[in-house]
Amino acid sequence: MTRLTVNGAEVVVTSDGDTPLLTVLRDELGLVGSRFGCGQGLCGACFVRLGDAVVPSCQTPLWQAEGQAVTTVEGLAGGEGPHPVQAAILERQAAQCGFCIAGIVVRAAALLDSEPGPDSARVAEALERNLCRCGSQQRIVEAVVAAGGGHG
Amino acid sequence: MGDVPAHIVANPRLGSWLTAGDGYVEVRVGKVELGQGIVTALAQIAADALGLPLAAVRMLPASTTGPDQGLTAGSLSVLHAGPALRHLGGAVRSLTSGPVHPPSAYVEAIRALDPETDLTGVEPASPAAPSEVGRSAQRLDLPDKVLGRPRYLADLRPEGLLHGRVLRPPSVGARLEELDDDWKAPGVGLVRDGSFVGVVGEREVEVDRALEQLERDCRWEERDLLPDQDDLPAWLREGPHEEIAVLDEGGPDFVAHSASYSKPFLAHASIAPSCGMARWDDDGLQVWSHSQGIHPLRAAVAETLDLDPDAVQVEHVENAGCYGHNGADDAAFDAVLLARAVPGRPVLARWSRRDELAWGPLSSAMTATVSAGLVDGRIAGWTYDVWSQGHSSRPGFRGAPGLLAGAHLATPVPLPPPTDPPLTAGGGSTRNATPIYTVGPRRVTGHRKTETPLRTSSMRSLGAYLNVFAIESFIDELAAIAGADPVRFRLNHLDDARARHVVDTAARLGGWGEPLPEDVGRGIGFARYKGVGAWCAVVAEVAAESDVRVRRLTVVADVGTVVNPDGARNQLEGGAVQATSWTLKERVRFDRRRITSDDWEGYPILGFAEAPPVDVHLVDSDQPSVGAGEATQGPTAAALANAAHHALGVRVRDLPLDRAAIVRAIEAQK
Repeated sequence: MTRLTVNGAEVVVTSDGDTPLLTVLRDELGLVGSRFGCGQGLCGACFVRLGDAVVPSCQTPLWQAEGQAVTTVEGLAGGEGPHPVQAAILERQAAQCGFCIAGIVVRAAALLDSEPGPDSARVAEALERNLCRCGSQQRIVEAVVAAGGGHG
Repeated sequence: MGDVPAHIVANPRLGSWLTAGDGYVEVRVGKVELGQGIVTALAQIAADALGLPLAAVRMLPASTTGPDQGLTAGSLSVLHAGPALRHLGGAVRSLTSGPVHPPSAYVEAIRALDPETDLTGVEPASPAAPSEVGRSAQRLDLPDKVLGRPRYLADLRPEGLLHGRVLRPPSVGARLEELDDDWKAPGVGLVRDGSFVGVVGEREVEVDRALEQLERDCRWEERDLLPDQDDLPAWLREGPHEEIAVLDEGGPDFVAHSASYSKPFLAHASIAPSCGMARWDDDGLQVWSHSQGIHPLRAAVAETLDLDPDAVQVEHVENAGCYGHNGADDAAFDAVLLARAVPGRPVLARWSRRDELAWGPLSSAMTATVSAGLVDGRIAGWTYDVWSQGHSSRPGFRGAPGLLAGAHLATPVPLPPPTDPPLTAGGGSTRNATPIYTVGPRRVTGHRKTETPLRTSSMRSLGAYLNVFAIESFIDELAAIAGADPVRFRLNHLDDARARHVVDTAARLGGWGEPLPEDVGRGIGFARYKGVGAWCAVVAEVAAESDVRVRRLTVVADVGTVVNPDGARNQLEGGAVQATSWTLKERVRFDRRRITSDDWEGYPILGFAEAPPVDVHLVDSDQPSVGAGEATQGPTAAALANAAHHALGVRVRDLPLDRAAIVRAIEAQK
């Protein structure tokens, strides 16, 4: 039994401590917003917040999350609607297949929490560990800059 | 009565296209969402055709119970499905004397129609003025994806779900030599048939761990079948070949210049590994797949397992971006084989990243040689030869089922050697091998290598990527010999008014002729996709020192009538960025036995900091729509190479245009 907080709610999971956090989220908790892209921590599709850090959940064993607060893409939207990064991405249609976008939203939301108003170079740098194959990078960067209130 | 669209003739039953619910209609097309936004564009067309607001139109996933519209490929979806939906809508308006107000009453009238109505016998009412087509409607599928809701095939969690994994052989041609008959791992069952081996279980973590154990416990007999990755042009030129005579009008009397170009094998490299789901029960076999062609997949599954095709149903479910024939069909068949061992239970089979990069069909390596005459600054005769593997090994193409695991079964169903789509469908190796320019007598020949250990198939633009790169690089080389400006030289050889307009506009918007800093170059690339599709010119501005950094891309395209302007721009922009990645970074690597570029470190793609700003301009047009999804691939490659030449003074003819290629080009020039 492992106790952790997921998107603000305390949960107890039965997976053993070496189970990747991504598998716990998707298979045991049914939170499928974090995507499996590579299983090697190299694409960012499974990024979640663990405390203040953004981590690839596919490479994070459950024991590491014990007692900690995990925030997934599902936990970013508030009562009033989508997170500003999500709203800006939808407004600009800044995705094609969208498989990378949940991990990008998590990373970008963390960036805006720690650095208000980043410019496009800073956003691109922050997303260096997120891969996008459809070529939506420019729109995504513009959306994150806009969500942060910056001007490119 | 006017011509009935081919897809209505093939699927005449009203009920297979349209059903009505409470205040909305459900439209089922045979085209599928691949991440390109096509379902939204088709919903716009359907809404206008029916005379309903977009919000009252719900698009159902393609299914083998619905219309068969062949593959979703080749930038043909609007061209194929548009006329069918317009006929459908016109026929519904004619049958209901609609649209009547309010929409809910109209939907009721639609609901009252006989689903067995033969649409070929209904004279469609004349179209109303469009209100949805031409508008940048928001994508219908994106909210789920951006908000992290279940939407992808990998997210399906039906009652009784089991997870499945297949252990792919370590190399092409490998045979499973040894595995204990009583092999066991906690929580899983083993499925084995010849060299096909996999595990199925309730819990994903146990299935993943069992796969690792299985990998340790299997012994394989392997062979060295792969070519020398550093000498692919020579290997491609070795036979046997099938000759593809595209055009023979002679050639140049005197050759003024000749050059050869090449590209390596490329991978689709989608962000998600392929997956599939299947369930066997008394009624037959149900399959869920992100395939580009669910009807051919059904036929291939049935043929491989000797089933009645009517006992197999396939439904499309979206997954990550699809840029051609990837592992989708193969993963679906993996699920079928694994689920056969557990009747009544759905099995979700997901590939690994390694499977995706090493076992998904590849885009073929290619090489081409161009020769031309030049008289008084004009091209006088042209010879073009291209060597390639085939660009299609899709399920059912040329009769063979072509499903990966079939080749590994105890009674194997071998994979067919890749072939090419016919020239009438744009060809494969020779797609865009014929120059659009007026060049005097032309001889254009393809040489398709017929024996190969590497499985290749369709990837975004097929052979057009290399052919346009070669032709457009060569045009710049000829312009230099003629002492002409590359844009002026192109315009001097272009008769087609829409082509001239696109080139001219790209030059103007791309800042052609404006001064540049040192080490920065500008280049152009242009083509009309397949010779009958979209006109597209790209102007690239690159900074080149030890490697190439793209400062800006300007894309101008004429795609005819635009259904969804922002969607078309998104496709062109994404295509240009993906082509930048292919051109600057990508190459499938292997030793003589195994594919070695099997993770993101071995097969790097363009990152956020490297992705260029892209300006896209669509030419205003009321001409028929042509697809936008593949138009930028070749022009972008050529624009980058021409810009790098402008910046560095050396020409890279062998892709990728990376640091090593630049060093080789500089060495070669010394």
